[in-house]
Amino acid sequence: MAKPSRRLLNRAWSSFKPLFDPQQPTRGPHDLGPAPVWSKTLSELIERHTIAVLVDNEPGVLARVIGLFSGRGYNIASLTVAPVNEDETVSRINIVTSGTPQIIEQIKAQLDRLVPVRMVRDLTLEGRHIERETALIKVVGEGADRREALRIADIFRARVSDTTIGSFVFALTGSPEKLDSFIELMRALGSVEVARSGVVAIARGGAAL
Amino acid sequence: MSNERMSGAEIVIKSLVDQGVDVIFGYPGGAVLPIYDALFKQNSIRHILVRHEQAAVHSAEGYARSTGKVGVVLVTSGPGATNAVTGLTDALMDSVPVVCLTGQVPTHLIGNDAFQECDTTGITRPCTKHNYLVKDGDKLARTIHEAFYVAASGRPGPVVVDIPKDVQFAEADYEPPHGRGHVSYRPQVDPDGDKVERAVALIAEAKRPIFYIGGGCINSGPRACALVTELIRRTGFPATMTLMGLGTFPASDKQSLGMLGMHGTYEANLAMHHCDVMINIGARFDDRVTGRLDAFAPNSTKIHIDIDPSSINKNVIVDLPVVGDVERVVERILARWTERNIVPDQPALDKWWHRIDQWRAVDCLKFTQSDEAAIKPQYAIKRLYELTKDRDTYISTEVGQHQMWAAQFYHFDKPFHWLTSGGLGTMGYGLPSAVGVQVAHPDSLVIDIAGEASILMNIQELSTIAQYRLPVKVFIINNEYMGMVRQWQELLHGSRYSESYSAGLPDFVKLAESFGATGLRATKPNEVDDVIAQMLAADGPVIVDMVVSKEENCFPMIPGGAAHNEILLGPNGQAEQEASEQGMVLV
Ligand SMILES: Cc1cc2nc3c(=O)[nH]c(=O)nc-3n(C[C@H](O)[C@H](O)[C@H](O)COP(=O)(O)OP(=O)(O)OC[C@H]3O[C@@H](n4cnc5c(N)ncnc54)[C@H](O)[C@@H]3O)c2cc1C
Ligand SMILES: Cc1ncc(C[n+]2csc(CCOP(=O)(O)OP(=O)(O)O)c2C)c(N)n1
Ligand SMILES: [Mg+2]
Repeated sequence: MAKPSRRLLNRAWSSFKPLFDPQQPTRGPHDLGPAPVWSKTLSELIERHTIAVLVDNEPGVLARVIGLFSGRGYNIASLTVAPVNEDETVSRINIVTSGTPQIIEQIKAQLDRLVPVRMVRDLTLEGRHIERETALIKVVGEGADRREALRIADIFRARVSDTTIGSFVFALTGSPEKLDSFIELMRALGSVEVARSGVVAIARGGAAL
Repeated sequence: MSNERMSGAEIVIKSLVDQGVDVIFGYPGGAVLPIYDALFKQNSIRHILVRHEQAAVHSAEGYARSTGKVGVVLVTSGPGATNAVTGLTDALMDSVPVVCLTGQVPTHLIGNDAFQECDTTGITRPCTKHNYLVKDGDKLARTIHEAFYVAASGRPGPVVVDIPKDVQFAEADYEPPHGRGHVSYRPQVDPDGDKVERAVALIAEAKRPIFYIGGGCINSGPRACALVTELIRRTGFPATMTLMGLGTFPASDKQSLGMLGMHGTYEANLAMHHCDVMINIGARFDDRVTGRLDAFAPNSTKIHIDIDPSSINKNVIVDLPVVGDVERVVERILARWTERNIVPDQPALDKWWHRIDQWRAVDCLKFTQSDEAAIKPQYAIKRLYELTKDRDTYISTEVGQHQMWAAQFYHFDKPFHWLTSGGLGTMGYGLPSAVGVQVAHPDSLVIDIAGEASILMNIQELSTIAQYRLPVKVFIINNEYMGMVRQWQELLHGSRYSESYSAGLPDFVKLAESFGATGLRATKPNEVDDVIAQMLAADGPVIVDMVVSKEENCFPMIPGGAAHNEILLGPNGQAEQEASEQGMVLV
């Protein structure tokens, strides 16, 4: 029996591409505004986005959100959640994630599709916003290193929340980057234990969700 | 008005009645006994006892997809719920509205590894549109009403309501449906006017257009299908349908190019490849349809009408997304079409149709049935079509080659008559789904086109069929192979047929007889018509063992990861194919 050409089949299989192809997408002859910049490489296209999600405060809602990220292979850099309205019926989930613009768009659409999700806001896209994180950092060390730790804490305006002869616990609030650099400096001065809250974020200006 | 007090189990029944449910598919067990007791004491709802909970969900799917109503399932906790998971996933992938009520161990035992306990909401979270655990009887009615709303609105899907046994016993308030919608879940059904305007402009200008019609049209309902048909006819454009969209537009219409995608027609796939404007109505750019993404319809402007924003730009970046319900969107497009008195570019269209006719002339579904040789599966399905097309016939399928041949050779001129598992591709879907269809349409002809391997996956449903005397016809395309697997092994794994031979098959004729059904067999081409006639003449259920050639392959085929214009035509067409491939890339 004549078989379909092996060459065609081989080509078909070897040219299998992952779902996202950063190559120039094919566009039609109709001008519908600027095409997204697709000429970049995949890693150049990865963007970090901070997304605020307002959800009904009901059991399982966090599992839904997290399951969505793990099930669809999205990335979670940070996730925080707490009730935010007076009667505690609505919670706000702050998510820091990363992906190509197409993936970020998918993440938001997928979140919005969950039944208990009331609102999804991409703070990164919507403009200027504030991001804060709190960390408790325990530094165990002695002698000169202790003094140096205190000096650096002062520069960073970290508060000393607990002291023993051989250790400090510093409390520090700030941007995630600020926390990163503080922790990095502390690591040079002793053994360090870190507890971080994850990022909370809010848009600047007078508009409230 | 004060609400009525009743037991949780009675609330379940009353909620279902108020939702207009007349039949449910289920299987009893310890954790749902109170509900079964309440069922016993009433006459409004009919219960169909299936023989496996997976089948209950598929039956509900068949019921839902052939009626446009929500299909309802009732199963017990633990194994009842876990058995339902495949069906729920199937319904999720194919957007079928199903409400599945599961029993749960009493609230105070949850988390204690109690007898037949499982984390039903945890297990079904990723395979449902939404799910609920009801711990408070006063919220039971509200939750069930909400479950129906969520299942049926927007992009439909399965919803699970998990009800602990103590909640079924306890007295609580009944609340009737309120019809007020939902605080956080509000699907967009009406499109933006501006998007409609731009879509109309693009459609009006098109020179090589194609309608790419999907299951969303079926989901949207009969009026949506009629409007889509009207739009296709008024524009005079060619239309192709996905596996899930078959029936939206009549297959026998000249403007229909048949199905597209992996096993779609040559003309449909080449027209997709060469179009300048693609109008996707309720389809989701599935990878079985697009083939290689960077070669998918290059140089086309893509309009995508879909109710689910997450379907947009998921696989294919489109130029004009229109979020909304097909019915509302197409209604508006038609209205603007009339108001603006649009006439398409006829000379360009004539040229386009001329090219399409050349592709059609390849006759990609051609096969030759000689009198002496074994029955060709294509021939069997073609004859089945010819002999049943004038009746109100519903066709369900299992999964495999027979499913694709059914899609290619059974032409659907009406929506809601085609039931198949597309997204999940669940072997064992066809028989229980036929049960659901037959329950909904007792006087219609319901045929499960099956493979000999798939049919064994839910064969126990013959017992359900026997119990309710459902006249379902099972038309087994028996090639003694998991044909679809064998085909891939032949083409891609050096013909090493690893574990794909159907050994140890039952005698299907005797099997039928053992369930009180009629068993028939055809082994030669000249017996096919006669066996089909006997099948149609029988009042009750029938199993036909259509013994076909063993090594037939299903063509056309676009191998995974290939482009539409790299379509394989199979042994008959391949020579031409190689020669013209260069040319196809050029035009
Ligand atoms: C063995 C096998 C082979 C297959 N080969 C093929 C093949 O060759 N060709 C093929 O086409 N398929 C094939 N399939 C099926 C394929 O896997 C997909 O299931 C199918 O292509 C999806 O169809 P669809 O795009 O119409 O989407 P569906 O799965 O039907 O999804 C419907 C879309 O419409 C949207 N929608 C729902 N309701 C509405 C509404 N009211 N208004 C607007 N939008 C709405 C949804 O959001 C969704 O995006 C095959 C399956 C199997 C098992
Ligand atoms: C539950 C399940 N298991 C495995 C598969 C993979 N699979 C797809 S088609 C197929 C073979 C089907 O054989 P048969 O029912 O005889 O149909 P044929 O292809 O021969 O027409 C298999 C195993 C599947 N789709 N579903
Ligand atoms: Mg088979």
